[in-house]
Amino acid sequence: MTSDLIVFLVLSLVAVASALGMLFSRNAVYSALFLVLNFVTVAVFYILLGAPFIAMTQITVYAGAIMVLFLFVIMLLGAESLPPSEGLPWQKPLAILLAIILAAESVYLIFTRARSNAVVSMPEIATNSMDNLREMSAMLFNQYLLPFEVASVLLLVAMVGAIVLSKHEKVAKG
Amino acid sequence: MVPVDYYIVLSAILFAVGALGVLIRRNPLIMFMSIELMLNAGNLAFVAFASVYKSFSGQIFVFFVIAVAAAEVAVGLALIVEIFKSKKSINIDEMNSLKG
Amino acid sequence: MHFIETTSTGFFYLAPWLVFAPVVGLLINLIFGKRLSENAIGAVASLASGVAFIVSVLLAYSVSANQGEMVSVPFAEWIHIGALKLDWTFRVDSLSATMMLVVSGVGTLIHVYAIGYMREDVHFKHEEGRFGRFFVFLNLFIAAMMILVSGDSYMMLFVGWEGVGLCSFLLIGFWYEMDTLARPSWANSDAAKKAFITNRVGDFGFLIAGFLMFWNLGSFQFDEAFKAAPAVASSAPWVIVAITLFMLIGVAGKSAQIPLYIWLPDAMAGPTPVSALIHAATMVTAGVYLITRSAPLYTLVPQAQYIVALTGAVTALFAATIAVGQYDIKKVLAYSTISQLGFMVAAVGMGAYVGGMFHLITHAFFKALLFLSAGSVILGLERGHHHAAHGSHDSHAKGLSLSDLLARNNAPAALGKWVGAPAGSEHGHGHDAHGEVFDPGDMRNMGGMRKTMPVTFWLYIIGTLALAGIVPFAGFWSKDEILLDANLHYSSVYWLLTVAAFLTAFYMGRQIWMVFFGEARTDAAAHAEESPKVMTVPLMVLAVLSALGGALNLPFEGFHNLGHWLGHTLGEVEALPLNLTVAGVSTVLALAAIFISWLIYGRNPLKSGQLDPLKKPLGFIFTGMENKWFIDEIYQTIIINPFTVLSQYFADAVDWQFWHDFMHDTVIVGAYNWFSESALNSYADQKGIDAFANWLGAATQSLSASMRQIQNGFVRSYALSVMLGVVAILGYLIFK
Repeated sequence: MTSDLIVFLVLSLVAVASALGMLFSRNAVYSALFLVLNFVTVAVFYILLGAPFIAMTQITVYAGAIMVLFLFVIMLLGAESLPPSEGLPWQKPLAILLAIILAAESVYLIFTRARSNAVVSMPEIATNSMDNLREMSAMLFNQYLLPFEVASVLLLVAMVGAIVLSKHEKVAKG
Repeated sequence: MVPVDYYIVLSAILFAVGALGVLIRRNPLIMFMSIELMLNAGNLAFVAFASVYKSFSGQIFVFFVIAVAAAEVAVGLALIVEIFKSKKSINIDEMNSLKG
Repeated sequence: MHFIETTSTGFFYLAPWLVFAPVVGLLINLIFGKRLSENAIGAVASLASGVAFIVSVLLAYSVSANQGEMVSVPFAEWIHIGALKLDWTFRVDSLSATMMLVVSGVGTLIHVYAIGYMREDVHFKHEEGRFGRFFVFLNLFIAAMMILVSGDSYMMLFVGWEGVGLCSFLLIGFWYEMDTLARPSWANSDAAKKAFITNRVGDFGFLIAGFLMFWNLGSFQFDEAFKAAPAVASSAPWVIVAITLFMLIGVAGKSAQIPLYIWLPDAMAGPTPVSALIHAATMVTAGVYLITRSAPLYTLVPQAQYIVALTGAVTALFAATIAVGQYDIKKVLAYSTISQLGFMVAAVGMGAYVGGMFHLITHAFFKALLFLSAGSVILGLERGHHHAAHGSHDSHAKGLSLSDLLARNNAPAALGKWVGAPAGSEHGHGHDAHGEVFDPGDMRNMGGMRKTMPVTFWLYIIGTLALAGIVPFAGFWSKDEILLDANLHYSSVYWLLTVAAFLTAFYMGRQIWMVFFGEARTDAAAHAEESPKVMTVPLMVLAVLSALGGALNLPFEGFHNLGHWLGHTLGEVEALPLNLTVAGVSTVLALAAIFISWLIYGRNPLKSGQLDPLKKPLGFIFTGMENKWFIDEIYQTIIINPFTVLSQYFADAVDWQFWHDFMHDTVIVGAYNWFSESALNSYADQKGIDAFANWLGAATQSLSASMRQIQNGFVRSYALSVMLGVVAILGYLIFK
């Protein structure tokens, strides 16, 4: 048991626990906060995997912006737990069953069919340097220029869409 | 020296949890968050492979996934707000007017 | 005619123009008739007939130049099926040349006469538009008669036979909507129908003879049949007897012998040129021509010959008796024609083909002359009638057609009135003092016509003398030859014919005294006018021929011209010298008959309204003669009424009730309806196809109803199904 492994196991435990916490908590705010924890854990994983930029992006955008947005809306709409469901009593047990089967199948497939010999090593100091970042941005703006631009258009569209949706409602009210 | 398989297994488990969240919870916000969890699981797998095969493509892809997720969240939350305004409830079981 | 191949010299290649000249004439009149004047139409038709006559003359000349040899001019192939080979070939020999000359010659003269006659007739009947149609039919007749006499086989002859029958129908029924006195009636159409149907009965006999001929002798063509005949006659003579006797039925129909003569008196309903051409000179002689042509067959069977001769002789006497009691001028001549045809048939029956043909020729001359003169008399009476009715000629209502006037008159009022104007009109068209219709053909309305119509009178005298057989007119020579032959071979025939000759002279004398002598019995007769030149000139030509025609075959050595001429075709002919006994007896009898008729009719001429002087002395015999021995009535009772009853039965019971009501409506329609209703509709359609189609619909509905429950509107369940799919795919990948 190397130290890498121990760190990995602890972190993965936190991640899974926070995920499950998000899933089972009655209060929507608690769920959101559990999810933030999950995102941070995953960001740490990114650092361990030698992707500092992505880790920072994750924390900034995901945990920082998206989850905040979620929290806003949760507080707008009310965080109470919902009454027990009226229809589809068979759906919940079946869903749990299927999720467990999915997980089991995936694990089985990975450990038997998709076995790989690759090993993730601790990131070197060099991976956290600006040179890596420069290389990555060069690749981003050269090879992946089109997706980049398209992504920006997509963000524009999303903004416009959100504004239109909210504006429409204001006109109807007025 | 963690085998990359472990990362993938973690990603799979997180994904299954996210899927479970989508199926079980009736609060659309929680469902949305579960979707974000699933996306995150996929990101993890990307970065794991990027680190193992020493390629930046995986990370760049994650970058894009995050951007798209942000856009999606913006629009999706706006929609949920709209629906709440008309239905006065966020129980997803009550949004069944498309039944056959 | 470069496609006519003939190796002989002469004009034989012109033969098809015999038929096609009249055809061209009739086509011109048919197509352009509306735009041509009456004179032009008549000229075209007469010219067409004249061309046929010129061709006949040229052909006759060519035959004589060819030493009387027969020449056949092939024209077209007609029917070639198996053993049957019928061609349209023109046969030019002395016999057919003779017939061609008679038909086209007399025909052309009658065409010219008809121009004048029809002009007045359509004028009197107010149907000027019909003038052209008459000449179309007349030319059609000449064409058909030419086909008949120039045919090289029995079937070509039959084509012409049928053609002249058709033309007879068309021409008798020319004024189809009236009767002879121009009253609206179906009488003329009935007469035409009677002619056609009676001829049909005769044609049936002809066809049976033809079929027997084909089966036993192997061909319809004259020469081939005659060549095969003697062999058949020796092995199975009844075949030849059957052929000849069935042919006799055809002759009886066409040439008006007993028992099928009944149509000819009724055929007088047609205009007088028709009576002259068709029913005196040409069509009715077709039967005599047929027997003459079939001479090789008849000479093989003397039994049949005797029957033919007897038929002719009995007919001659029978018709002559009827002629004595007739009052209509044309009816007398009609029965006279039947009687004279009896003479001809008797002659050819006895084997005296030359005598028969000679009498055919002379009869054509003087009978045509008599008929046309009678027409002249009738028109003269009509002219006189119009003069007597109102002063000026031009006060006729012009331009009104028959149909207009029929429409104007109600039927009961029109009956009995001359179709000209309704009652109350100032022009009492055709009314005499009694308000009855005036019959210009009734001899009782005539009298003293020799003063008012002298030209017609003299022409009529010549015709009468020729018919009665007074020397030296043509009729004497021809009739005498027949009597001579009868005297030598068949005495019963001789006695019958002699009595008939006596009666012939008697009724012709009666006619002369009644028509031309004495005082006029009506105003019309007193004011009668002579006919125009266009009518009298052809009559004069015929009169000359009647007077001098005897020269064709005088019974003196070296003068048997016709016999010699026909002998080229007929083989050996008996050239009989003059027998003074026979000739003397017949002349004395004829003169005596004329004298007796003068005693009865001429010495005390009939006054108007007086009964016929023979009525009282002869009593019921005269009644029989007057009413043609009630033959028509007997036929009606014995044949026609039962036939009508039978056909009515067939129509009602068999056809309508059985076939239509039962078989068709009940059986067939009912079965069909049952089939379509029960079998097809209930079982196949409703239970089968409909059920299947409905089941499809119901199944789809139930399937969709059950499938619809998947769409419950819950997003969670949709997501669950996606999850299920993913798990399933992964499971498949695991277990693959």
